[in-house]
Amino acid sequence: MLRRYGSQYAPAVLMIAVAVAAFFAFPFNLAFLTRILIMIVLVLSLDLVLGYAGIATLGQAAMYGAGAYAAGLFAIHVWADPVAGLLIGALAGAALAALAGLALMRTHGLTLIMLTIAVAQICSEIANRARDITGGADGLRGIRMQPVLGIWEFDFIGRTGYWYAFAVAAVVMVLLAVLVRSPFGLSLRGIHQSPERMLAIGAPVYWRRHAAYTLGGGIAGIAGALTAQITQLVSLETFSFALSAEAMIMLILGGTGRLYGAVIGTVIFMWVHHTAAANDPFNWLFVIGAMVLAVVFFLPTGLISLPPALKRLAKGGRHAGS
Amino acid sequence: MTDTVLDLVNVTAGYGPTHVLRGIDLHVRAGERLAVIGRNGAGKTTLLGTIMGLTKLHEGSVRLRGQPIDRLAPFRRNALGLGLVPQTRDIFASLSVEENLLAAMRGDASLDEAYALFPRLKERRRNGGRQLSGGEQQMLAIARTLMTRPEIILLDEPLEGLAPVICEQLMSVFEDLAADGSRSVVLVEQHAEAALAFATRAILMANGAVVWEGAAEDLRRNPDLLHRHVGVGVEA
Repeated sequence: MLRRYGSQYAPAVLMIAVAVAAFFAFPFNLAFLTRILIMIVLVLSLDLVLGYAGIATLGQAAMYGAGAYAAGLFAIHVWADPVAGLLIGALAGAALAALAGLALMRTHGLTLIMLTIAVAQICSEIANRARDITGGADGLRGIRMQPVLGIWEFDFIGRTGYWYAFAVAAVVMVLLAVLVRSPFGLSLRGIHQSPERMLAIGAPVYWRRHAAYTLGGGIAGIAGALTAQITQLVSLETFSFALSAEAMIMLILGGTGRLYGAVIGTVIFMWVHHTAAANDPFNWLFVIGAMVLAVVFFLPTGLISLPPALKRLAKGGRHAGS
Repeated sequence: MTDTVLDLVNVTAGYGPTHVLRGIDLHVRAGERLAVIGRNGAGKTTLLGTIMGLTKLHEGSVRLRGQPIDRLAPFRRNALGLGLVPQTRDIFASLSVEENLLAAMRGDASLDEAYALFPRLKERRRNGGRQLSGGEQQMLAIARTLMTRPEIILLDEPLEGLAPVICEQLMSVFEDLAADGSRSVVLVEQHAEAALAFATRAILMANGAVVWEGAAEDLRRNPDLLHRHVGVGVEA
């Protein structure tokens, strides 16, 4: 039993240990580490939508951007409390996903992908045109957040931002872990495998997909709100296609439909991106491309399946040697 | 017929523009055990698909407790008490036995009930769908449908390809399901003998139409009729 619980909670304990170690090991890189944590939340939202529910999307940035602008505007004009801002970001992301999802969830495949991109582009253009409200191409400025829970002030070095982002990512991770093991989460996996089968056993496939898309939108909105609160700036880039595409690459790299895969993929992608771009600002994309190719060819289920694959390889080697 | 729970009136249905069922009239009473017998291609699976809303209804109407359900989506029909165990079993391979059951669970359904009906599933609850034998998959398919609390269970060739000992076990479970009369069981089968031994009433289907309807016992005593429409005889 100890072994079972050990294997169940070991990844979570390891993640906390890595977060603490990273905080002390890279005290001058907290802004970058915080960006990783925010991306983890965004990629987790994509994992729910794509990895579990099988909804192919390249427009997750739409909800991320909606959350960022909503939280930023809320902080400027209403209340600068971080937790309230997160809720507003989540609501904005979920509302956009719920509205767009009514039409999007009736489509599949390439049509769906194209429409998700279109939604993000429309949002970007609306934010660009509504210059008086959003700051247009200059971005939304003037966000000044109150201390987190009235206690921890956001500091210049980014300590508070780091732990705040870590706490939010951890809460999102735990909630998603509960959700994907619930009957609702399991039915999403069923729908991903075969919508027709789920229909035959009485699942409201359209509404379940819609609910998953809305929940994913809410989580993406939280990620957007986090970035608005911590960087105190929201730009049109929050709606960019590149952000959605990168999130998808991170998820595929780590492994879809396994939550931890989203975490691993994000950390590795961003770390490789950071290091390769610092060493060779012109050819860093080559490293990313090679890494993605290698994973797709040799570990099609993502880097999360590397340990069991190595274990199998070692076992095979032992058998061959004996 | 006031005690019917499911009525099909002059139903013509099929796939796309193709008509598979032609002018079907069928009435299922509360707590009834109905056997639907017919050769491959007679329209048995299409009949169940039409009841569940998975096949396009061209003409006629399907009524549940007197209310038309023609325009309802399959999940709404399921919520009203119709449950289908598909011929293909449709187990989710990447989910464990328990997860397959939980994915369909509704209302006050519990895993314990499913495991009481199929103790074998409890033993295999952590195994993946693709690790199950054919019989275990069929047990899981039936248990999963029961998790949606159906009042009318539509079983589509549940004995197909299974060993005789498993068939006996499953028939015993069908007896249990129908025993208290609270559920109607519609059993579509090519194993005419087993189906007729279970059912109180039977219909014979050929070329998308009902060609005979009556007491199951009468059909058991009429091997010529069975032979003509199913291609097998039944020892009375």
